[in-house]
Amino acid sequence: MPLTTSLAAHEISCQRGGRLLFAGLNFTLAPGESLLVTGPNGVGKTSLLRMIAGLLPLHAGRIESGERSVPLPELCHYVGHLNGIKSALTLRENVDFWVDFLGGDGADLEGAYQTFGLAELKQLPAGLLSAGQKRKLALLRLFAAQRPIWLLDEPSVSLDTPSVKVLDKAIAHHLAQGGISVAASHTPLKVRFTRELSLKRDPLQ
Amino acid sequence: MKEAWALFRRDVVLAWREGGTIGTALGFYLVVVAITPLGLGPDLNLLSRIAPGVLWVALLLASLLSADRIFHNDYEDGALDVLVTGRLPLELVAALKSLAHWVTTGIPLALLAPLLGLLLNLPTDAFPLLVVAMLTGTPALSFVAAVGASLTLGLRRSGVLLALLVLPLYVPVLIFGVATVSAASVGPASPWPPFLILCALSLASLVLAPIAAAAALRTALR
Repeated sequence: MPLTTSLAAHEISCQRGGRLLFAGLNFTLAPGESLLVTGPNGVGKTSLLRMIAGLLPLHAGRIESGERSVPLPELCHYVGHLNGIKSALTLRENVDFWVDFLGGDGADLEGAYQTFGLAELKQLPAGLLSAGQKRKLALLRLFAAQRPIWLLDEPSVSLDTPSVKVLDKAIAHHLAQGGISVAASHTPLKVRFTRELSLKRDPLQ
Repeated sequence: MKEAWALFRRDVVLAWREGGTIGTALGFYLVVVAITPLGLGPDLNLLSRIAPGVLWVALLLASLLSADRIFHNDYEDGALDVLVTGRLPLELVAALKSLAHWVTTGIPLALLAPLLGLLLNLPTDAFPLLVVAMLTGTPALSFVAAVGASLTLGLRRSGVLLALLVLPLYVPVLIFGVATVSAASVGPASPWPPFLILCALSLASLVLAPIAAAAALRTALR
């Protein structure tokens, strides 16, 4: 698994339910660069992130990484609105599954447990966690396996202020190591995003 | 390999912990078979003649009960997104989840069947073949159910639609499963030809169903 890569979108467009959300979108991100996607609700921010992760088919155009040998979805961590947590499993079992399934080594995990303040809760069933703690658990996935592209959809929702700082630091660290981060967020993150993409509603639609 | 084992183990553990899945299927199977003699009366000859059919029909329905869980929970809580961005091909993910469903539903049901055979006066010499035939036929049920589960993903009250989609596909398994057990219990034909067809049905669904399920999953995620 390469730890750095680039990401480029060429003339991509997105159609949902017969409606064209955006068209002719281009961006290029070199290793260490980040992109903040902004825009009003329903303009296609989540769709854009899901397209990069390979969860949504492209209507037109192409998205490619600098790494030809590995399919793009396998280079991506996608943390979306849904946390993807199994409430019947303990916190630790959830994380261990991600480590094994995503093919990571879990080397960064102990530190991440500590910084997110989840170290004491490892044996607790994930269903008992609060909304903010569940969010933090979902973010632990970023550390379960090292992947160069982080796709974060409203990552700071229901996080308290200290945790947002931790997240900020984590993103900054990831970028410093040559990772790429694409985030859609309404609440401002402290990270300086190198690029900003503002999606607008097409007045003709 | 590590990825596959992690996913399989997770699904089995979840089925066990979330309760319901294994318990409901076994309880349903027990109740349906137990009330059949009450409805038909105490004619032992009749009961032993229809026992293979009753046992198989009840098994099909019982294994359908938990079929929508194969993908539904993962879809609802977003875990399916993680499975799609993993390193395993989606076909293999579908196959592993079907396999976990078989281990947590098909095997327990097949092992319970001889006990229920007693309630229906099934001749005891037919018990070994009953268990073997059910262990052979139930993988086909789980793998075909996975196709139905992935097709009905995201629909509300998908359980009934799932049953409508999947039950017709269960017919071959039912026919050759019943034929195997009937041949073993009342004869006179040999049980092996229908049993071998049952094997073929399971093997074919093992190969084909994950491909269909993965295709349906990709559509469901759009």
